[in-house]
Amino acid sequence: MADDVILTMRGIGKTFPGVKALDNAQLTLRKGEIHALMGENGAGKSTLIKVLTGVYSFETGEIHMEGVEGNMINHSTLEAQNHGIATVYQEVNLCPNLSVAENLFIGRQPRTKFRNIDWKTMNRRAKEIMDGLQIECDVTANLENYSIAIQQMVAIARAVDMGAKILILDEPTSSLDDNEVEKLFKLMRDLRSKSVSILFVTHFLEQVYAVCDRITVLRNGSFVGEYPVSEMPRMKLVQAMLGKEVEDLNEIANSEHKEVSDEVVVEAKGISHKGTIKPFDFTIHKGEVIGFTGLLGSGRSEMARCIYGADRTQTGTLKFEGKELNAKNPYDSIQAGMGFLPDDRKADGVIGDLSVRENIILALQAKKGMLHPIPMSKQIEIADKYIKLLEIKTASRETLISQLSGGNQQKAILGRWLATDPKFLILDEPTRGIDIGTKTEIQKLVLKLAGEGMSLVFISSEIEEMLRTCTKLYVLRDGQKVGELDGNDLTQGRVMAVIAGDADKKEEKA
Amino acid sequence: MSRENGLKKFTHSKLFLPLVSLAVVLLVNLIKSPAFFAITVKQGVLYGRLIDVLNRGSEVAILAVGQTLVVAVSAGTDISVGSVMSLSACFTTMLLAGFGVNTTNTIVMPLALGILAGILMGGVCGAMNGALVAKLKIQPMVATLILFNAARAIGLLLNNNQITYIRYEPYKWMGNFLPHVPIPTPIIVAAIVIIVVSLILKKTALGMFIQSVGINSRASRLVGLNSTMLCFLCYVICGLCAGTAGMVASSRIYCSDSASIGLNYEMDSILAVALGGNSLGGGRFNMAGSIIGAYTIQAITTTLLSFGVSTDQAPVVKAIIVIAIVVVQSPVFQDYLENRRNRKASAAKGVA
Repeated sequence: MADDVILTMRGIGKTFPGVKALDNAQLTLRKGEIHALMGENGAGKSTLIKVLTGVYSFETGEIHMEGVEGNMINHSTLEAQNHGIATVYQEVNLCPNLSVAENLFIGRQPRTKFRNIDWKTMNRRAKEIMDGLQIECDVTANLENYSIAIQQMVAIARAVDMGAKILILDEPTSSLDDNEVEKLFKLMRDLRSKSVSILFVTHFLEQVYAVCDRITVLRNGSFVGEYPVSEMPRMKLVQAMLGKEVEDLNEIANSEHKEVSDEVVVEAKGISHKGTIKPFDFTIHKGEVIGFTGLLGSGRSEMARCIYGADRTQTGTLKFEGKELNAKNPYDSIQAGMGFLPDDRKADGVIGDLSVRENIILALQAKKGMLHPIPMSKQIEIADKYIKLLEIKTASRETLISQLSGGNQQKAILGRWLATDPKFLILDEPTRGIDIGTKTEIQKLVLKLAGEGMSLVFISSEIEEMLRTCTKLYVLRDGQKVGELDGNDLTQGRVMAVIAGDADKKEEKA
Repeated sequence: MSRENGLKKFTHSKLFLPLVSLAVVLLVNLIKSPAFFAITVKQGVLYGRLIDVLNRGSEVAILAVGQTLVVAVSAGTDISVGSVMSLSACFTTMLLAGFGVNTTNTIVMPLALGILAGILMGGVCGAMNGALVAKLKIQPMVATLILFNAARAIGLLLNNNQITYIRYEPYKWMGNFLPHVPIPTPIIVAAIVIIVVSLILKKTALGMFIQSVGINSRASRLVGLNSTMLCFLCYVICGLCAGTAGMVASSRIYCSDSASIGLNYEMDSILAVALGGNSLGGGRFNMAGSIIGAYTIQAITTTLLSFGVSTDQAPVVKAIIVIAIVVVQSPVFQDYLENRRNRKASAAKGVA
């Protein structure tokens, strides 16, 4: 083992029922580097991490770590922790109702001589740790008072303080805004200088170039290559991940669908939801794609939920194809011809223990009602159709959806709504946490559906995606619609300006 | 090859372990006393230990049907079913005998109507449980604890604090034998309940909806499922099952002994669901497994009695057997076996 190498994984193989998740995967981590692990959905990134941290067993291959004799096989995350490998997930695994200090020292609290918890020492040491990492927070306040970003940093601080030599960050930036991401990066660079090795899993190419030293690319469970970031242009990286030449994303032309028919599909007037959304108007025409944009927490998702009827509105009226629709629950909206892909895939989208087939036909079956079951042959036909159309990677249509990778789950949920043949479909963050190839496919699909006459709402944190697909953008801030942009106003700078609020005054003048 | 695959499919199916458990219990009997499987005809009706298992297991099997749905949809258990059995029985005997009558040879209401009323009483109890759980979101165990305590007492109240005997021959039919039918009626009743519920699950999308709500009720709501209604419905079905089981139990002893009818049956019904390989955490369910589980419990009881274990000590032995079955079926143990098999397989490959 070379001097600066802290971890090597070689020839790792892991099989799930019907799927070879890892086949000859490898990874080399050096001391004090930030190493990106990249790959499409289902490439095996999560599996490789879980093999390393002892969540999964593996069949072939060897793992060697500095300071550990022979082949290191972790049987649990605790064992991995004892070897100095800590993982921080996108969803923070800490206790929100305990203080920052308690979270830092949970399970290893300093004691007084009477075996009580020594709060004074604990809070002082917690303060030292947080100061050392230059994270500003009150260590005695409950963790839930802080943003996800700070919570993640607390989790990282805990891991580092427990002597982690390797820190795995699994999609840490998915729910952070730019400012928070920058803070996290600062912390990561800080740790790098303290010779902690960081394995960074992300879907955001920009972030890889902003903070990483090396990249390992996986594809279909196999090792593709390891590259220094400085020698790897973006296009080559994307090609390595996809294994084929990609059409430039910018080829998705926006101009094709500029023309929108006059036929109004949904017209909402003054609808609101107490506490989250102030009254707003919303009109969408046949074949139109409207985007909702704004910072996290600006009310994008809540607005979508109001229109769909997932949250009951307190004021206003909504007309669907000219007829008044007073949706008491999603069932009414579905009957009218709406569909809604929620942003929280895990909590609101997938039914984990049902098969891919059942997940796909579920909304259609709910629409038809309990007493009119879809015959099995028809179910199979529908499921196969969307598995093929959306290229869902699954061992079979009867595989439980929870065994699929995130992006493929997302595609199945998308298939679920397409199966109901909606006239109006809301897609809330359909591209979150999925790879660039699938992102492109979904954007193309949105344009294709619009071309076929479907009206869509498309919500994404990535403004470029919306600029590419939408004909109109609603900008939200603090639960209020603060602007509508279309035509020549659809530029990144203009959108940013409205989000930030600079444009307000100008508009008032005009 | 295809045969091998078929076998593999069977050993990996969810019904495999429940079936093996039942088979092992029966096998023990075969070795110990082959007479266990002998079925004879005496006085025009079937006799034998096996018939006994099917007969005596009827109530728990009927309860297990309802309990399975409740567990699946709400990740909780209905612990009131035993008491509801008792209440239903008391309600029926009160209607048939008239309030305050201690023992009677004639009935004051058509028998079918009385029995139907008893079953519906179960449904009403189920509706109350369902309303508490589905609408008011009270934890299932707490919600059903109310009737667990109260139902038995209400039953006693309905019967004027005494045991009402119905010495009217047709009342005994449901728990014993119909004229000229060699099969004990409880077996027929259980079969009807199982067939009816299976048909409902098969011919409607109810089964999938229940599982969907049980796995992720938020997501289910967003696809247009009425989680509240589905949950309520399951509790009502469970109540109806309890009412039916109460009728059988009462008919067996042609009276409404409120203290003993359905005593501890809620536990057996929950155990049946668990032995059937179902997770008490809700979601996916396997009705056939629960029913096999119910008969496994009865098979164990009958076996112990036939071995001469006293009724007082039987629960101890039963507990040991149940532990063994539950451990064998546990995911941890299954993983252990799987790992061993894989290791052996890869070792064999290494040699070759």
